[in-house]
Amino acid sequence: MRRSMLFCPANNPKLYSTAPLLKPDCIIFDLEDSVAIEEKDSARDLLVEAVKFYNYPANEAVPEIFVRINALHTPYASLDVEAVVSSGLSKIRLPMCESEESILALDNLISELEDKYKIPSGSIKIQAAIETPKGVLNAESIAKASERVISLSFGAEDYTNCLGIHRLSEMPILDYARAHIALVCQAYGLDAIDTVWSDIADTEGFIKESNKVLNMGFSGKSCVHPSQLEPLHKVFTPSSHEIEKALHLIEQFNRNNEDHSGVALIDGKMVDKPIIERHKNIKKELTHEN
Amino acid sequence: MKTKDKVYPSIESLLNALPLVDGLTLSFHHHLRSGEGIILPILAQFKQRGIKKLTLDVSSLTSAHEGLIPYIIDETVTEIHTSGMRGRLAEAISKNGILQKPVIFRTHGGRARAIESGQVKIDIAFIAASCCDEYGNMNGQVGPSAFGSMGYPIVDAKHARIVVAVTDNLVNYPAYPISIPQTLVDYVTLVPSIGDVIKMDTRISKNPIEHLIAKKTTEVLIASGYVKDGFSFQAGSGGISLSVISYLKSFLIENNIRGSFASGGITKYMVEMLEAGAFNALLDTQTFDMVAAKSMIKNANHIEMSASMYANPNNKGCVSEKLDIMILSATEIDVNFNVNVLTSSLGIIMGAQGGHPDTAEDARLKIVVTTLMRKRIPIVIDKVTTIVTKGEFIDILVTEYGIAIHPKRQDLISKLNMAGIPHVPIETLKTLADQLSGPRTKITFGDQVVGIVEDRHGNTIDSIYNVI
Repeated sequence: MRRSMLFCPANNPKLYSTAPLLKPDCIIFDLEDSVAIEEKDSARDLLVEAVKFYNYPANEAVPEIFVRINALHTPYASLDVEAVVSSGLSKIRLPMCESEESILALDNLISELEDKYKIPSGSIKIQAAIETPKGVLNAESIAKASERVISLSFGAEDYTNCLGIHRLSEMPILDYARAHIALVCQAYGLDAIDTVWSDIADTEGFIKESNKVLNMGFSGKSCVHPSQLEPLHKVFTPSSHEIEKALHLIEQFNRNNEDHSGVALIDGKMVDKPIIERHKNIKKELTHEN
Repeated sequence: MKTKDKVYPSIESLLNALPLVDGLTLSFHHHLRSGEGIILPILAQFKQRGIKKLTLDVSSLTSAHEGLIPYIIDETVTEIHTSGMRGRLAEAISKNGILQKPVIFRTHGGRARAIESGQVKIDIAFIAASCCDEYGNMNGQVGPSAFGSMGYPIVDAKHARIVVAVTDNLVNYPAYPISIPQTLVDYVTLVPSIGDVIKMDTRISKNPIEHLIAKKTTEVLIASGYVKDGFSFQAGSGGISLSVISYLKSFLIENNIRGSFASGGITKYMVEMLEAGAFNALLDTQTFDMVAAKSMIKNANHIEMSASMYANPNNKGCVSEKLDIMILSATEIDVNFNVNVLTSSLGIIMGAQGGHPDTAEDARLKIVVTTLMRKRIPIVIDKVTTIVTKGEFIDILVTEYGIAIHPKRQDLISKLNMAGIPHVPIETLKTLADQLSGPRTKITFGDQVVGIVEDRHGNTIDSIYNVI
């Protein structure tokens, strides 16, 4: 379950102990934008040491950990990837991913490191961050470039920069990119993670945007502040009414669909398989949440 | 017609008229907190007259009082009674031992007890008032420097040999409301300002870990069974406490629960609870911010109370005895649940007892809220540097890493178990703090006692030594 992915700068020692306490679904330790160039090496070293000290890979109390590495064209990327692989972590967020070639390059690098550190082949996974118009257009080829790709995330800050426009609270222009990414993710069984909401004080706007992307098919959002976790989880967790309805429909469908026709009359309404599948997903989410 | 002329146009003119001698005990309040503005100007007048060996009996000292250092060094002041002190003044006393006699630290209830019992005899009480008339009727609720409750000096005014109202807002007779009446006041003197009221503010922390602790604490409160119609509640002005108030308010409103009273230091967040109908009344001995200061005028059920009514254990019934829930802070807490709120982990004086030991002794449920570490220094330790509140008076510790319940409260252990709230022995939290923070720096103390910590009954419960 990836309703929330909380960004934490990898150069802040305190966050390695405190961020898991806040119970996001995922933490992204960031080696990229939030770390100054002169701190890249120390942040990477800190990441490796902290993962070892807190025994992240074996610690059940720790949520799923991702590391946002620096972009592949920088001199830091390969060092970042090696730090992730050697430390026992297994999820990488690749920023500014624009093409299948980027994924393949990262895949090759990871494969070499899996050999070097004697880690089962294919165990390191990738979340590709789509942050440019080219990335949006190539989303499908990115999604299917490697078995390692488990998720696509959308980054609206860089995307709007590329378009030469300012990021505003409501931007219909982002709808196309979002819809496309969500569609690709649905098609390839990946998680779609929406962009961050930077205005921490505007909780109302954050909730509104979260509801919007939920209805577009996203699985969750990246977060920049822990105060966003609770409202985000509320949006992306089925309400008790939805759960009740889902359980009722599934039960009634199983009872009334004895002829396996795929259609049943429930409470005066025709209910078919797609509707049931949707409610089975809600039930599945509920099981995860529990 | 008989009319006494009580008004003096300045401190200087008043002190010229008084028979001043060495060794007087002067009292002040700290309702303006870090904006307090009359102690230093008045001491300057005493110094100018060559008066020495004064005892200051102050409800507390704040960052506004670093200027006391030269008066201590030149022996204008040789003894201090207070609830707390911080900053450079506290460091100069802790490290350099500049004060001739140890500071006597008293709780708010303990100070009221000491004055009412005659243990402390105040020669002159200087009472800053934001509103006062020519005959000495005064309050802290009206005027440009309004600070709210006058809980501390109400006691001083009844027992001091000479009572002086110090105001920057002389109003037509009669001033109202009347917190301290004319019958107790000898003189009224004017000053340009009694202090900087702008510095009175409280804000809910944005620290997510403090919010996490506050949420856990609220869950514990609810599970404890004490949160129900007619319950009473108190919390301090620290970041976690304010967040607890905020979460509790939502719970009370959502569940249509109405408490009896909230007490103690009153903040704007308490006022919000009152105005939202979550409590019947606020009992206010000290107002922490300007919003709360203004509330007393508009809300009849925001009630001023003296420090004696609040927590003096020797009177005929104090409010702390009626208290159900108390949320407390800590600079250190040890595996026996003893709490320090007075000295830092380096042994330096940096806080205040306040009403901590008073309320901990009396309330039905006492919860300490703190982070496990602060600036990578462990808060949960083997033995506190200074005992301020004994562990026997503490029920629960809530940190971001876990909850510990005092073994004597088996009833609470059962209730939290029933609610599915996990908890661990306090030793587990101590061990975790050690693991995360590494070994503590050992403090080297000298042999000079710089502070004596009294409990609310006047017994010495600990001594503070100078730090080398």
